[in-house]
Amino acid sequence: MTTRVLVPSGVLGLGFDRKALARGVAARPDIICIDGGSTDSGPFSLGAGVSKYSRAASKAEWRLLMQARADAGVPLVIGTAGTCGTDSTVDWMFDITAELAAELGQKVKVARLYSSQPKARIAQALAESRIAPLTPAPEIDLDRLGNIVALAGAEQIQAALATGADIVIAGRTTDTATIAALPLLRGDHAGGVWHGAKIAECGALCSTNPTSGVILVDFDAAGFTVEPLAQGAACTPHSVSAHMLYENSDPFRLYEPGGHLDVTGARYTAVDARRVRVEGSAWVPGPYTVKLEGARVAGYQTTILAILRNAHYVANARAWVDRLTGFLHGEIASRMGLERDAYDLEFRLIGVDGALGPLENRRGDPVEVGVLGIVTAQSQEIAAEIGKLINPFVLHYPLTDDEELPTFAFPYSPATTDRGALYEFALNHVMRIDDPMAAFRLTVTDLTPEGMA
Amino acid sequence: MKLGDLVLKVRSKNAGPFWVTIDIFCDTPEAYARVTQGLATATVAGLYQVPEQLLKRFDIPDLRVVKFSLPRPVIQGSAADRDMHGAQYAALLEEHDLV
Repeated sequence: MTTRVLVPSGVLGLGFDRKALARGVAARPDIICIDGGSTDSGPFSLGAGVSKYSRAASKAEWRLLMQARADAGVPLVIGTAGTCGTDSTVDWMFDITAELAAELGQKVKVARLYSSQPKARIAQALAESRIAPLTPAPEIDLDRLGNIVALAGAEQIQAALATGADIVIAGRTTDTATIAALPLLRGDHAGGVWHGAKIAECGALCSTNPTSGVILVDFDAAGFTVEPLAQGAACTPHSVSAHMLYENSDPFRLYEPGGHLDVTGARYTAVDARRVRVEGSAWVPGPYTVKLEGARVAGYQTTILAILRNAHYVANARAWVDRLTGFLHGEIASRMGLERDAYDLEFRLIGVDGALGPLENRRGDPVEVGVLGIVTAQSQEIAAEIGKLINPFVLHYPLTDDEELPTFAFPYSPATTDRGALYEFALNHVMRIDDPMAAFRLTVTDLTPEGMA
Repeated sequence: MKLGDLVLKVRSKNAGPFWVTIDIFCDTPEAYARVTQGLATATVAGLYQVPEQLLKRFDIPDLRVVKFSLPRPVIQGSAADRDMHGAQYAALLEEHDLV
């Protein structure tokens, strides 16, 4: 059975072409799927359990998608809601949905799929040897772990759809799971389904017009056909096959719960100037494991930024920060009584090696150098106190003892900025489960324009 | 000749928080041949200071792409990370002199 999936864009919150979305609805899709997140912006979202995207942008786009769903009369699914897909961001997305149901006068059944993992479940899985590390994996330190999520696959989305939901708000899922769920349920070619889902998960990134968003994929018994819906956008065998490179460490294999996709034998052919047909991808069943993501607090930070424009200091920026750092460690020890291992103080030279650090192999002659001081300590109070202590020296410290006190450029007052918690990713593991729903839970709510039924 | 002057594009990006992947897109078969023959895996490992055995290399003639994937030199978002998205790592290969 052919299954037609409409993908409005690669992620909710980045925008899409409204006319292309209308064309997608007119093409009578069987389901509308969009991704709501990724780890790409770093560990903060997962660590804090909040969305990275603005509520206003998310709500404005979700409004259009809820209207498209009502017009098409098919389910609307969002995966990894609220960037990180914790229970808190699923509920954030649900609140937006409830507001919109009221504003749009819609009556909708909403299924929430929760992916957050209690520590006790991880502890039990560890005790039963059901957790295996991927490469490279941090040591698991359960006491220090904060938010933990498991990445749901197609089975959990299918369970959510089986509730008869009009809208599924899923916590952390794999990038492909929401798109793959319905075609797999209807018996379409598994290799083609997972491959097509991977191609479509970034929206129009697989086409010649990456920012246009909207993509339509037809899955069937032998493979899939992909088509971008924006005017002037085209999928070519090259644009589609090249998408397997994107953010994938292995362009031929993709691991999912319950197996992996192998696209070594995939054949890409142009159907016409804008559509591409793909056949020959294989699904290789394996043990049912779900990937885990976790974050923990690694400290609290305060930063300071000074700009060196004086040519003498620009030319000697490295020597200056080395001398300054040594002096500051002494000041921090004598005035605050803090040993060197109780905090971290680092100065990065923007204009010298700010982006690449020790890997930088070019030396230039910069006009100015930004000196970014980063203090990391066990509490925000200590980090802020160190920031205040070093502030006057970052402003005035001389390169040698026998020169006048310099004064550098501070762009801000106060010169220091408290950044709050520094989170770090603390899991790169998979967990084996016998029942796909053993690590996930579903809640179904009927929303009416007046509120919850 | 610098690699970036020979090829269409060199792109790097995170592949999850623990890996970075670098794609070299060649627009001609000649450029692809020069990259596959002239760029040693050991050279790339040296540029990114990772052990060669941890570096994955894919030569993909159908796409005229040479792809490298490596464990991130520092984990994404950790205190020592300087490039959250890993997109500037490409500069080292782009500026590498092909012999």
